[in-house]
Amino acid sequence: MEAGSISVILYGVAVLLVLGAAFGLGLAVASRKLAVESDPRIDEIEELLPGANCGGCGYPGCRGLAEAIVAGEAPVTGCPVMKDHAPIAAVMGVENTAAERKIAKVRCAGGLKEAAQRFIYIGVEDCAAAQNLGGGAKACTFGCLGLGSCVKVCPFGAMKMSENGLPVVDEEKCTGCGLCVKACPRQIITLWPVEKKVTVLCMNTDKGAAVRPVCKVGCIGCRLCSKNCPTEAIPVENNLARIIPELCINCEVCVEKCPMKTIKGEKKQESAAG
Amino acid sequence: MNEYVLIVLSAIFINNFIVARFLGICPFLGVSKQVETATGMGMAVTFVMALASGITYWLQKVLVKFDIEFLRTITFILVIAVLVQFVEMVIKKSSPVLYQALGIYLPLITTNCAVLGVTILNVDENYNFLQSVVNGIGGALGFSLLLILFAGIRERLAFAPLPKAMEGIPIALITAGLISMAFLGFSGFDLAALLGL
Repeated sequence: MEAGSISVILYGVAVLLVLGAAFGLGLAVASRKLAVESDPRIDEIEELLPGANCGGCGYPGCRGLAEAIVAGEAPVTGCPVMKDHAPIAAVMGVENTAAERKIAKVRCAGGLKEAAQRFIYIGVEDCAAAQNLGGGAKACTFGCLGLGSCVKVCPFGAMKMSENGLPVVDEEKCTGCGLCVKACPRQIITLWPVEKKVTVLCMNTDKGAAVRPVCKVGCIGCRLCSKNCPTEAIPVENNLARIIPELCINCEVCVEKCPMKTIKGEKKQESAAG
Repeated sequence: MNEYVLIVLSAIFINNFIVARFLGICPFLGVSKQVETATGMGMAVTFVMALASGITYWLQKVLVKFDIEFLRTITFILVIAVLVQFVEMVIKKSSPVLYQALGIYLPLITTNCAVLGVTILNVDENYNFLQSVVNGIGGALGFSLLLILFAGIRERLAFAPLPKAMEGIPIALITAGLISMAFLGFSGFDLAALLGL
């Protein structure tokens, strides 16, 4: 090797090293001087949040919620997934106003056994796709399409399809993030307080005469539940009974009175799910 | 003095980086949806280009002294990258909104060929220190001018009744082509004669 070529390498390395060191030092100083001070509570709260970034709170990820909580835009109970919000309340120095835990409730009991089918659907295993294909195979145009889009979207593995073709929610695993609520093209799933055991498992607003042929367990709007409810928690609108969770006292009178077995309480629902 | 006026004017109109040299097209199309962000981008590029022109002038001297001019591209890019990092910090600190709006295009100034282009052109043209800096500022002004012009047009285009297939990028590219042709008209000017130099 010539002496010249070695010096070229040496100079090249030296110049790059000096440049790199000088620029690196300059940037290090600049980053100190120009550091953006973010509230340390944001990081603390983000640590406490589940970190699943499910978006159930309505903010872009857990970091987004943490920023909103610190900014005072979101309540400390903003995360629907967390069961205990006390640590976040402690960071913010406010009282933990415990929000009642909500879980997903599938408001349809018309599975393969109970509901009539209009045709056999062979296509994409997706509820929205089936919905677009002539409104799906089920004769009831309000009920569960049974293709499990909600099950697929659940990030916590809290849903599964029963043999009867209806999604079943695991109450323990369900965090109430609401992703299944959005996934359902028929808006059957709702977030329901976990303490309230009684639900009307039907969304059909057709008149009773139209409901009977398509589903054995559809609400016919007979108002028996409404009349017998001690707290008047079940108004019937558009031929469909609806329970107001705030007024329900879990007495399950309606469950006994319902002639179609549409309203289910804790015990009944367990047997239906199994 | 006249010489510097010439350099600036020719860098803005005749040898415009975007429409005559076709450098820096990426931010030209990427950050030209709003006049406000386009202005911010223009300012950032102006800062980087002017400083990069100045620093690389001395750097080129060093490279020539040690006979290692083949390292020009990597060292120049290094200078530009450092400047961009610095600008990013400043913008993040002073204007988080602009920081969000510029997004990925801010760090991408590093690889903006217009910035590297101006530093290498300075070397090729054998400009002295002041000429280099002036050329850098002029080039950046030309870049900013086009960016803001284009953003202004695109803001109006957003509300124009266009065929569906033409919306967004297609009409933007056609507009860019038309602007480029309009600027082609400047290439016929003999600036020196025009200004009586």
